[in-house]
Amino acid sequence: MSTPSDATSRLHGQDLTLAYEQRVISRDLAVTIPDHSFTVIVGPNACGKSTLLRALSRTLKPAHGHVHLDGRVINSYPAKEVARRLGLLPQASIAPDGIGVADLVARGRFPHQGFLRQWSKQDEAVVAEAMASTGVSELAHRSVDELSGGQRQRVWLAMVLAQQTPLLLLDEPTTYLDIAHQMDMLDLCAQLHDERGHTLVAVLHDLNHACRYATHLIVMKEGMIVAEGHPATVVTADLVQDVFGLPVRVIPDPETGTPMIVPLDRRGVSR
Amino acid sequence: MSSTLTPRARARARQSPATPRGARPLRLFGERLSLLVRPRTLALCLVLVAVCVLTLVVSVAVGDYEIPLPAVPAAVAGYGERLDVFFVQGVRLPRALTALGVGAALGIAGAVFQSLSRNALGSPDIIGFTSGAATGAVAAILVFGASRVAVSLGAIAAGLATAALVYLLAMKNGVQGYRLVLVGIGVSAMLGAVRDYLMTRAELTEALGAQIWMIGSLNGRGWPEVVAVWVCLAVLGPLLVGLGQRLRFMELGDDTARGLGVPTGPTQAIALAGASALTGAAIAVAGPVGFVALAAPQLARRLLRTGGTTLVGSALMGAALLVVADLVAQRALAPTQLPVGVVTAVIGGSYLIWLLYTEWRGRRA
Ligand SMILES: Nc1ncnc2c1ncn2[C@@H]1O[C@H](COP(=O)(O)OP(=O)(O)O)[C@@H](O)[C@H]1O
Ligand SMILES: [Mg+2]
Repeated sequence: MSTPSDATSRLHGQDLTLAYEQRVISRDLAVTIPDHSFTVIVGPNACGKSTLLRALSRTLKPAHGHVHLDGRVINSYPAKEVARRLGLLPQASIAPDGIGVADLVARGRFPHQGFLRQWSKQDEAVVAEAMASTGVSELAHRSVDELSGGQRQRVWLAMVLAQQTPLLLLDEPTTYLDIAHQMDMLDLCAQLHDERGHTLVAVLHDLNHACRYATHLIVMKEGMIVAEGHPATVVTADLVQDVFGLPVRVIPDPETGTPMIVPLDRRGVSR
Repeated sequence: MSSTLTPRARARARQSPATPRGARPLRLFGERLSLLVRPRTLALCLVLVAVCVLTLVVSVAVGDYEIPLPAVPAAVAGYGERLDVFFVQGVRLPRALTALGVGAALGIAGAVFQSLSRNALGSPDIIGFTSGAATGAVAAILVFGASRVAVSLGAIAAGLATAALVYLLAMKNGVQGYRLVLVGIGVSAMLGAVRDYLMTRAELTEALGAQIWMIGSLNGRGWPEVVAVWVCLAVLGPLLVGLGQRLRFMELGDDTARGLGVPTGPTQAIALAGASALTGAAIAVAGPVGFVALAAPQLARRLLRTGGTTLVGSALMGAALLVVADLVAQRALAPTQLPVGVVTAVIGGSYLIWLLYTEWRGRRA
């Protein structure tokens, strides 16, 4: 990979209007994903987080404006070329009836395969490693439809990891996971970020997780980005009140010192 | 799951965890060629080919006028007794080849429709194509008194128009599978009413002709039909099989497929057009033979355990199903000839129920 050009990051978009047919979700949106960051997007339900992620991964074509990947408009690349640079874990995927875990994870190799190259030793090694790092190796020969929601989520992540992309966009990777597996997942993301220098973008629901893991936080409301930057500088009680309509206290996380959000106790307290 | 290791479980344990179930890597020329082969799939495809060939030979030999098997090759080549040659070249061979071609076309088309709609019911029967074609044909027969070729053309035109209508009605931010099926059922019901109305107004003989056309039959099909269906198959079959891998990715969801670098929009459009044309060709030649397009892809994926759509498997299964069904239709109640559509429903239906039953029972055990 060439080094990113001076001022601009590998992945950014300007002047974006994102819409489903006539229904505009975001207007005049500008977004930059800092290189080698662990960017977390937070915001209330239906504020357009998934829509933004879909635009950044060229799954949704902006009604106006362009997303740039490595200095070029993302839609000008061949589809497989994008998929070798940028992996997407969508919010919802469908496992076909009866498909095996290893089959599904192996699908992540598609952008690297060609007509004559369907299953090289490298494909095999990468798939094995992706399954090991997400802890699903023991499930390799089970059917995906026999798995629990949490196991399934890890299988999908393994598929995206098998894509071996330096940029990863993950839409709610921790849903369906119990607290321990949520932390495992986030630690894995942090490891990909710290040790391999991957750029990660994740939509998370838990603000405390976001504050603890993000190096760059994007806060959205009604299709707009209302705040961004390091969690320590961005997250305030006023912001959370404004964006989520929830009165909170922000205190330092006793474990990491990052901001920690504690909702005020509203029971019996008139506001 | 049993606790003792079966030989298969032991073989799995030995296999690299990364290699998909039931598959073996095959690497040649210093990795310049690397493939995953699935022995079970290959073996069962060969079995299906053998079933097709054997049934073809038997279909050509048996009938009210029996031809001894040793005399069949000569008759196929045009030597041998005149009557043998007449029956083989003029009647039975084209009929059996038509059955194979129509079955394969319906198998592929059904698999494509099911894959695109992500719904086992998403066959041309259900999403309105067949119903549209049948209505077009009935209108052509009853209202315009059309010739056979005109009936076929009317059927294709009406089938395509209906499929397009259903597609447009079901479309909202791309086509959702269940919407396609629901709209298709609604449109089919309305077209069925139109057909019934036309029938009530028709002369008895005409109504009977239209009724037989609607069940689907291979009676009296000759070389023009063979050429028509096999030319379509030769052009569209490889095109669709070539799209097969992309279709299997699109079954994971549009966003997932696009994230992996599959151009979903063009793939959907090309696959839909190709499968519609194949269905049209099959219906034009044999009428709306029921159930093959619905059952063949399901039978193939369950038998081959591919965990996804298999277009080649569906084609072979469709061909085998229809050629066997046609042999049964000719011989079961001989000399009475059954329409093949009746038999496909009985054979295909019972086989599918049996497969589903064993699969569900196996899962509970
Ligand atoms: N495929 C779609 N068609 C129409 N509207 C959609 C579609 N997907 C999402 N939306 C709408 O866009 C808005 C933003 O959705 P989304 O980006 O999924 O929100 P979030 O991920 O922040 O919860 C919502 O109002 C939702 O109803
Ligand atoms: Mg979302």
